[in-house]
Amino acid sequence: MQVRTPASNVGRGLVLSITAVALALAMSVGSSLINPQMAVAAKDPVKVGILHSLSGTMAISEVSLRDVVMMAIEEINDAGGVLGREIEPVVVDPASDWPLFAEKAKQLLQQDKVDAVFGCWTSVSRKSVLPVFEKNNGLLFYPVQYEGEECSKNVFYTAATPNQQLIPAAKYLLSEEGGGYKKFYLLGTDYVFPRTANKILRAYLLHEGVPEKNIIEEYTPFHHQDYQTIVGKIKKFARGGDAAILSTINGDSNVPFYKEFTNQGLTADDAPIMAFSVAEDELRGMDAKALAGHLAAWNYFQSIDTPKNNDWVARFKEYARTHGLPGGSKRVTDDPMEAAYYGVYLWKDAVEKAGTTDVDAVRKAVYGTVIDAPGGLKKADPANHHIYKPVYIGEILKTGQFKVVWKSEGLVRAEPWSKYTSPDKGCDWVDHKGTYKK
Amino acid sequence: MVEKKTVKCRKLIGVCVMVIVLLPMASFAQIPVHSDSAFPVPPLIASYISALASDDRVIQKEAIIALGMTGDAQILSFLEEYRVGSLYIWTRPDGQQILVLGGDETTQDDEAVVPLVSPYGLANMLQVDGGILYVSLDAVEEVRPDRRLRRVVKKQIDSLRNQINLMDSRANVRRSAAMDIGFSDDPAAIPLLEKYLLLERDKWVRVALDTAINLLKITDNDPTVRVTAIIRLGELRGEEAVPALMLVIDGSEDEGIEPDFDETVRAAAVTALKSIEGWAFYARTVQTIFRGLSLSSILLLMALGLAIVFGLMGVINMAHGELMMLGAYATFVVQHIFLAYFPQSAFDYYFLVALPVAFLVAGAFGLAIERGVIRFLYGRPLETLLVTWGIGLILQQAVRQVFGAANVDVSSPSWLSGGAQVMVGVFIPYNRLFIIGLTIFCVIATYLFLFRTNTGLKIRAVTQNREMSACLGIRTGHIDALTFAFGAGVAGLAGAALSQVGNVGPDLGQNYIVDSFMVVVTGGVGKLSGTIAAALGIGSLNKFLEPMLGAVYGKVFILGLVILFLQWRPSGFFPAKGRGLETK
Amino acid sequence: MLVSQESKRGEWPIFSIVAFCLLIVVPLLNLVPGEESFFHFSDFHINLLGKYLAFAILALGIDLIWGYTGILSLGHGVFFGLGAYCMGMHLMLQIGDRSVYGSALPDFMVWNRVTELPLFWKPFSSFLFTSGAVIFVPMLVAAIFGFFAFRSRIRGVYFAIITQAFALSIWLLFNRNELNLGGTNGLTDFKILLGFELSDPDTVRGLYIVTVIALIGAYLFCRWLVRSRLGKVLVAIRDHENRLRYSGYSPAAFKLLVFVISAGLAGLAGALYVPQVGIITPSQMGVLPSIEMVLWVAVGGRGALYGAVIGAVGVNWARSYLTTNFPDIWLYFLGGLFVAVVVLFPNGIVGLIEQAQRWVGRIFKSRSTDELAESKERSVP
Repeated sequence: MQVRTPASNVGRGLVLSITAVALALAMSVGSSLINPQMAVAAKDPVKVGILHSLSGTMAISEVSLRDVVMMAIEEINDAGGVLGREIEPVVVDPASDWPLFAEKAKQLLQQDKVDAVFGCWTSVSRKSVLPVFEKNNGLLFYPVQYEGEECSKNVFYTAATPNQQLIPAAKYLLSEEGGGYKKFYLLGTDYVFPRTANKILRAYLLHEGVPEKNIIEEYTPFHHQDYQTIVGKIKKFARGGDAAILSTINGDSNVPFYKEFTNQGLTADDAPIMAFSVAEDELRGMDAKALAGHLAAWNYFQSIDTPKNNDWVARFKEYARTHGLPGGSKRVTDDPMEAAYYGVYLWKDAVEKAGTTDVDAVRKAVYGTVIDAPGGLKKADPANHHIYKPVYIGEILKTGQFKVVWKSEGLVRAEPWSKYTSPDKGCDWVDHKGTYKK
Repeated sequence: MVEKKTVKCRKLIGVCVMVIVLLPMASFAQIPVHSDSAFPVPPLIASYISALASDDRVIQKEAIIALGMTGDAQILSFLEEYRVGSLYIWTRPDGQQILVLGGDETTQDDEAVVPLVSPYGLANMLQVDGGILYVSLDAVEEVRPDRRLRRVVKKQIDSLRNQINLMDSRANVRRSAAMDIGFSDDPAAIPLLEKYLLLERDKWVRVALDTAINLLKITDNDPTVRVTAIIRLGELRGEEAVPALMLVIDGSEDEGIEPDFDETVRAAAVTALKSIEGWAFYARTVQTIFRGLSLSSILLLMALGLAIVFGLMGVINMAHGELMMLGAYATFVVQHIFLAYFPQSAFDYYFLVALPVAFLVAGAFGLAIERGVIRFLYGRPLETLLVTWGIGLILQQAVRQVFGAANVDVSSPSWLSGGAQVMVGVFIPYNRLFIIGLTIFCVIATYLFLFRTNTGLKIRAVTQNREMSACLGIRTGHIDALTFAFGAGVAGLAGAALSQVGNVGPDLGQNYIVDSFMVVVTGGVGKLSGTIAAALGIGSLNKFLEPMLGAVYGKVFILGLVILFLQWRPSGFFPAKGRGLETK
Repeated sequence: MLVSQESKRGEWPIFSIVAFCLLIVVPLLNLVPGEESFFHFSDFHINLLGKYLAFAILALGIDLIWGYTGILSLGHGVFFGLGAYCMGMHLMLQIGDRSVYGSALPDFMVWNRVTELPLFWKPFSSFLFTSGAVIFVPMLVAAIFGFFAFRSRIRGVYFAIITQAFALSIWLLFNRNELNLGGTNGLTDFKILLGFELSDPDTVRGLYIVTVIALIGAYLFCRWLVRSRLGKVLVAIRDHENRLRYSGYSPAAFKLLVFVISAGLAGLAGALYVPQVGIITPSQMGVLPSIEMVLWVAVGGRGALYGAVIGAVGVNWARSYLTTNFPDIWLYFLGGLFVAVVVLFPNGIVGLIEQAQRWVGRIFKSRSTDELAESKERSVP
């Protein structure tokens, strides 16, 4: 393997590479115009970190969260900031690389000395930064529904625990109203959330008297694209007409799955798919026609018709348009985005209540707060770091929006430790030190 | 079994009695139903709706069932509204009460108001001046079904929807509705199904209707009817009948159903089950072969461009995946242009336009990459790997910034959605069929291009001996650029095809790149026939193993096999023959 | 031909200065000046530098196999990961009952409803065993894989693609929960190593110093290797394998040997990486990171050992820097860097340095000291 470098080629290559580099620079300047950094406050701003992947596989979902968090910060700054100080966001890109999440978290907490961090999507990224936050006593607002079984002092989980999403959905499908399904196909991507989710779902279904043989669990690797065989299996499973699919398929595997499902002649009437990881923002990238009639369970839908929510949705579209974000006014809001957005306000309110940005004071100020979120009132748990939320089940419409078909009565309390799998455990930071035995 | 049947009979009789009872009851109803002039309410239906406002739950329940029996599409919408609780008794200003539906509540002048809608036909009620009629919530009283009634309503909605769907224009919907009725355990539906069976033209809907009828007959009181039904189910060979047949043979402890007491019925069920299962095995084999073929065609389409660039030019193009991504995004853009500038009717043809566009866009980028960078690196394959990797990163991020990081929505044209039932138990999706066709087309086109055109001759000449070709006056630089652009264009086509089975996002390419390389390497660099053989082998083997090993181990197993295979043939299926001992 | 002969003379002083800086000066700057001081080298940065230097050890291994022997392996992430997992397993067992579930078993096992420690985990409670395993497990895997690959004379591009497939399948496997290695989430939440709290700044500094010593050792070992007669054979394999075979050598054996050594270095790097970073997941051993590792060496300059070190530290530093300062557009820089390096500086940063040296030499020559120029001329073969 010899390396030759003919001089003439190098010369031409030089010109071209310089052009390439210049092009890259031009693009960078262009895009930095698109995302103007917030003007640094004249005196003593409050720094917060934003730790969402902007490149790599998770950018698909996480960029939207960065956008709403930036929007919330801009709104707060326009309204005079927090404690009269401006908020300065420190945006970093952990690039969907889990160890890089830990490195960036360290940097945000130790170097930039931020007072709070808004970030993470996947469980593994959260697990990666968790020791860093605990060691440096930082504060992370984590906006995505997760598998539970965690009770950290340094994380606020602003999205759902399993009992706020999975159990109501299963209950609905079992009920007469939801179709009275008797067989369940638990299909997921092979990682921790689907595994735990299905563990809890299975325990619940068995508890409700569904026989073991009527529950099938199946996992596919990340980025799985070919669902021919699995849809074939589902078809066989659903031949009695009383089967439903509980899907925790993640990210880019959803489109091939739904497309295959439809193309093999199955419809939502044959066997509905109840999805736990498909929200409006993901539907933007799917042919919603193929999904129409299927279901999803969340704590927020863009279609929730209240003046507050309509106003928020309109404001976000306006924000996306004026800030030149890709998609502009066609952008949508969804559950994790709502959770990320109100997380900023939750922190701001707590800081103002505590009168300081000190982590321990802020933490205590959050307990029991009522949150006026875009999707309606929510309440922080009086003793731990989870949120009481309403649960909605929505039917996917052709437009990529959801029609709410079921709504919980009032708020549902979060159970970080599911009563079906860990009935003896609880999470309490007021009377106990985190996880305790009941 | 017997008990169940009597319950059913009682239900049937109940329905009949109730309908008779209800007729005179209607005259007692005090509150009339609002009737829209455009959609006059049939008097019988009006009386049933009036009965909903009764205080007696039995009357309410019977009224709901009677409404469900009408088979009227308007009643379906009405019941759906009623179920979520928007039927109101409205006391008109003149003191008279009528039944109306309410729309979504809003506020007018700080008062909660609701627009009124006629129950039959769901038309907005109008004021005298023609505006939509809103009334204060104080003027109406809600007639809300309780949870138990809602269940009854839900059942009627389902049955009504199925009845209406049986008349749908889409065969798939009719088929699905027929099967649903078949699973409903409601023998009262048999005459209805039989009526549609006579009218139905579509073969597969007929099969579904037939299956449904016989599934319902399986619980008949007369053993001979049951035997005939079971024999027919065996002939139809649909797997849908298996659970019902199992019930006949074994019963179910969970649901308290005992096996059929008649031995001949049980024997017939065993025979039918055997016939169905035998057929199912056959159908599964056919289906697996098709799935293997489909996966192979996708692999081949992805690897074809790579095989050209890698095999003929010795360039390891890591940006191949990104070129596919560009093809997919080109499809997305074409789709949007069609949505924005062309009539709705033309939309179905957008994909035909998108294919050449994807080819050209990816080809143009390929040309730019080759002229810009790759041409300085010929003879240094491993360095082309690094450069194209860098280019891939730049393309990914550029797409992310232009189109956004989220996936974009590429809708399938209607002729690529759905599929065709080719035999009982074998269903072939159109999009996969199309990709197989596209792949065959591309392979043939590539062959013709390389072996039947002048340019192809030159490409082969340059591949075999660059210096000699240059001496003979072939402009090798042009040929290189052309070959690379052609390979890139084929990648673009693959991307457009992939947009019909998977998602379109910035990292579309990375999901496929390793698979594509595997195919090329297994096939043997420089030989298209090897690539074809490798794609077919890997694709079919994968689909053959997946049901046994699961998706992950199936793939790992295949990768292991490929590594072992290269032990045996270090240069792939069909190694390129040449005088050079090594191709450095 | 890439082996730098010119820099021989100046090498030892530079080597000593760099080693002295890394080993003594940096920890002192971390320890002595106050936190506000300009000279203070923060805990965060020492941790970061430690991680880069662990990568540098890996890069040395890749340079041996690619730069010197001419075999491109796109599967070194696997060996790195194996070393890292071995160390990670030891660290998991050290957590003991300080885990979330308070069980002696690692958290993910409790969660997976595993009741007893799997057999293959047991020896990893011994540190001695672990420190051997981090090197020997990757070496063993490399030996098995390499034996089959080299025996059947798979080479060049074929070998690169095969190793890539190998990385993909190992990645797929390690993502499975059944393997009892934590699935996608990998191993994390480590607390102590040999009784030292991992989060303690002193431990961080200690780990850094251990990494520097390991790097110096690895560097000296590789330097000795490439200058030995074996090293000459390796370069011969790279430049003309067939001619070597005709001369009666068996290239396969040499290739296997250097492949195994390079896997061992990768494993060592992985083992030093884990306690400093605090997590190891399958995503570290997949296709993408494996390619990135090769790119470090390409950027630094293959065929020169110090080039690999410069490349690994430089590219990773650039990545850390760019993802913080240009979060939206850093991929343009990184992608542009790869293109530019290969097209403009095929010999990487090392090539650039040597070119600069030549220019400096020419200036000297034109000015006066003919003697110096002459001696330089002579040293060029």
